[in-house]
Amino acid sequence: MVMERELYKLTAHKLIEKLNKEEITSQEVLNSLKNRVEDIDGKVKAYVRLSGSPFLNRTPKTEHQKSILAGIPISIKDNICTEGLNTECCSKILEGFKPPYDATVIKKLKEAGAAILEVKTNMDEFAFGSSTENSFFGSTHNPWDLECVPGGSSGGSAAAVAAEEAIFALGSDTGGSIRQPAAFCGVVGLKPTYGRVSRYGLIAFASSLDQIGPITKDVKDCAILMNVISGHDPCDSTSANIEVPDYTKSLHNDIKGIKIGIPKEYFIAGLDSEVKTIAEEAIDKLKDLGAAYKQVSLPHTEYAVPVYYIIATAEAGSNLARFDGVQYGFRAQGTGHRAQGLIDMYKATRGEGFGEEAKRRIILGTFVLSHGYYDAYYIRALKVRTLIKQDFDEIFKECDCIVTPTSPTPAFKIGEKAADPLKMYLSDIYTISANLSGIPAISIPCGFTRKGLPIGLQILAKPFDEEMLFRVAYAYEHNTLWHKMKPKL
Amino acid sequence: MQYEVVIGLEVHVQLKTKTKAFCGCSTEFGKEPNSQACPVCLGFPGSLPVLNKVALDYALRVALALNCQVQEYTKFDRKNYFYPDLPKNYQISQYDLPLSRNGFLDIYIEGKAKHIDIRRVHLEEDAGKLIHRDEASLVDFNRTGIPLLEIVSEPQLNSSQEAYEYLTTLKNIIEYLDVSDCDMEKGSLRCDANISLKKRGVQELGTKTELKNMNSFKAVKDALEFEIERQTELLGEGEPIIQETRLWDEKEAQTVSMRTKEEAQDYRYFPEPDLTPFIISQDKIEEIKKAIPELPREKMLRFMRDYGLSEYDAKILSSSKKYAEYAEECMKASNNKNKKSIANWLIGPLASAASDHHCAVPDLKILPSELVKLVEMVDLEVVSNLAGKTVVLTEMINTGKDPETIIKEKNLIQISDTSALDNIVDEVIKENAKSVNNYKTGRGNALMFLVGQVMKKSQGKANPKVVQDILRRLLK
Amino acid sequence: MAIDKETVKYAAHLARIELKPKELEKLSQQLQDILDFIDQLKKIDIKDIHPTSHILPINNVLREDCPRESLPSEKTLMNAPVKEGNFFVVPKIIE
Repeated sequence: MVMERELYKLTAHKLIEKLNKEEITSQEVLNSLKNRVEDIDGKVKAYVRLSGSPFLNRTPKTEHQKSILAGIPISIKDNICTEGLNTECCSKILEGFKPPYDATVIKKLKEAGAAILEVKTNMDEFAFGSSTENSFFGSTHNPWDLECVPGGSSGGSAAAVAAEEAIFALGSDTGGSIRQPAAFCGVVGLKPTYGRVSRYGLIAFASSLDQIGPITKDVKDCAILMNVISGHDPCDSTSANIEVPDYTKSLHNDIKGIKIGIPKEYFIAGLDSEVKTIAEEAIDKLKDLGAAYKQVSLPHTEYAVPVYYIIATAEAGSNLARFDGVQYGFRAQGTGHRAQGLIDMYKATRGEGFGEEAKRRIILGTFVLSHGYYDAYYIRALKVRTLIKQDFDEIFKECDCIVTPTSPTPAFKIGEKAADPLKMYLSDIYTISANLSGIPAISIPCGFTRKGLPIGLQILAKPFDEEMLFRVAYAYEHNTLWHKMKPKL
Repeated sequence: MQYEVVIGLEVHVQLKTKTKAFCGCSTEFGKEPNSQACPVCLGFPGSLPVLNKVALDYALRVALALNCQVQEYTKFDRKNYFYPDLPKNYQISQYDLPLSRNGFLDIYIEGKAKHIDIRRVHLEEDAGKLIHRDEASLVDFNRTGIPLLEIVSEPQLNSSQEAYEYLTTLKNIIEYLDVSDCDMEKGSLRCDANISLKKRGVQELGTKTELKNMNSFKAVKDALEFEIERQTELLGEGEPIIQETRLWDEKEAQTVSMRTKEEAQDYRYFPEPDLTPFIISQDKIEEIKKAIPELPREKMLRFMRDYGLSEYDAKILSSSKKYAEYAEECMKASNNKNKKSIANWLIGPLASAASDHHCAVPDLKILPSELVKLVEMVDLEVVSNLAGKTVVLTEMINTGKDPETIIKEKNLIQISDTSALDNIVDEVIKENAKSVNNYKTGRGNALMFLVGQVMKKSQGKANPKVVQDILRRLLK
Repeated sequence: MAIDKETVKYAAHLARIELKPKELEKLSQQLQDILDFIDQLKKIDIKDIHPTSHILPINNVLREDCPRESLPSEKTLMNAPVKEGNFFVVPKIIE
């Protein structure tokens, strides 16, 4: 019998069970969560603008308790549009922005009965980052070691779930921004196949790479959320018109005969030795559970990061051009800002409104598209992208999935990589290829370093084969206890 | 002239789809500012475009009517630049794989055909409207996102007259296709011109200037003529032509340099990742081709053949689709009799009346069958030509009554019966001895004077031809 | 390839971002490092490789030409930093 105070500790699927049976009410769940946030968010700082907004304005409706998500509160990353609720991408340039519409995923969540929390989770500004240090609101702290980063850019969502101040959450992933923070925080994070989940309402970073995905306490919660948010959206031209299976049906603890590919390029120098050991143990576990594995090669792996930083910044530079102080957000004005005339207004607004990383990426993105450099950089990158995708196509002819560590290192200290952008970019090396190829990938906890920092295992599958991800992830989780461990806060 | 004029025209046509290019907002003109917008056309963060299938169909229709090669695989690109009427600070347009290329249309100068190549026809979205005040500008995004067709000609026009012909021919074709209102005043058709001069016989093109802000076809012609003069003068003095954009000042009748820092714009085109590519199948092309009606030139030639009209008359009748359709209905209603007369009435009295009423001929709402009746009655001399084209026609327009009723009511039946007229003629002869004398002594004008007197006495009802014959007979 | 301060300044101008002198200095160095890193792509043979601009193999996504309601103008202008009646207001374009 769980005390009301402790309801926040339960998984979503456990809560749904109790709510459907009317053993508890969704108001009780909300109160429990609110208290937890009040208790510990001061340390973790997973949420932003906490003092500015009510936690949840609307009282959960009791009729929602019978619905799929049973009135459970869900935490949303600050780059997903929620009608009438501040959505600012943790950037000064979008301060005060209240979208006049809901993202499609938010609509779907509401239809499934979820309660959308008004306070959003912290992120790197415009999703530019791998540590959540680039937020206008300051860093989030890793619940496992408050001096460490939670990863990024969905660091707030991952930390909230890990610290049990979110039941489940949504993040976004462009180069690893769901999976890497999930790994750093010891929770589950999934990046769907490109086109599996609608991008309508996701404030765009890189249009050909972005996806919204779940960050959850366990694999079952992830499957439940994927069932709700996936599907074709006529408002998104890049959303796939492919039926959504019931992902919970893949949770049956059987991976006998599944062929796993282990790419050799992910186990070379640069990989932290503890991470290597733990990842290899996890792979052995999969073998014990009946999977077969073979060494494979993804020969263009080393080019993924440079390709990504050309394509993603080119698209981002264009996507962020709209932030100019005309229709919404921050505008530099008055004599204090020397803004006279339109061009000065644009320049001052964007110079002041964007953080350092944002400016860096926009300017780089502008450069690689500019006259004289377009072929040498942008077109070349698009061609290498083809090669990277072909690498995966080859492997999937013989393997059902690919397994790698999610990140080459565990969570690093706050401030450790902040001064060196290139060093920061290289921490995405294992996650980026999945975005470039459009394939789905999940990160699940698979161990801890000696210092007690979580390590994540990444599983990748063919396009639209999230079922394979769930099958392998669930089998591993079911036979281990990593997901049950919680940080001491 | 020692210089050859080289002109290329870039025409933008707003397609009259019900909704915008990439969202479901209405395209109706003249609504309250910022009342016809949504997150997509406003470029709100998180919004995404989805292409309007009718915009694509209309674009293909124009491309095919202009004899273009349709691109089997076509895509959209982002054209990146900052301006307050561009909410995303990029325009969704087409760059290297446009919808269609390598078309042409023929213009006719003094009966001679001239082939003008069309470089490309592609789809893009319109920007918003800016209202300039002293210290600030106001922005209205209602127009943002309306689908635009960009039609670029090769620089093969060699005079302002040719440019004018090109524009009227192009407008005519597009109107026939029923894909745009082509109204320069409302902004659904816009034209920019590029013009340069080169010495005769020289291959290399001169420096070109771009002309903007011309709000009518006449303005385009005037602007080009001004620019030809300006450049000729400069070249004559050995001055170089600066490559720049110049605005046409209607009031002062001159082009003025925009004087902005003319840095070549770097639009950083790249493929639009939020839209899929489009594959245009042969089937689609055939389907669109079938939807193309008989085009103006074909119609004109057919009118010449079928109705025995001169090229001049046929061109006027085919100058607008509605006019041509109305003309054909009238011809049909007459069972193809009196074709020439009907054509003359359509071009003459009806066109005049339409002009007086500030509308088009079909808008006069004269039923074809009734026009045919009127023409018949005039041809049969039941009513005089003069009465027919003035009194009767006006009554028909104003009251909607049929011609027979009007003629009866207004007592306009022409008297052609000689026995009825003899008496009146006799009277006039008796009362105008001097004129009779003049006539007999060979002053021909006297006859018309006497005819006029008979007309007066008969309240205009006498058939003037018959009166002339009677007079001649009686005064022999 | 070498990216000098002038190029960075020009790119910043194209992107309408004002950089303070110290920022320009720092950014130029960082971008140089990043571009040096990116230049390793030059090693790869990309002859006959088709560029991937769309990762999903779908085409011809279209919608019907059916009007639906627009946003009421209050919602459109709700977030505007400066507005006048139903218009957005921007500073004059000074040449």
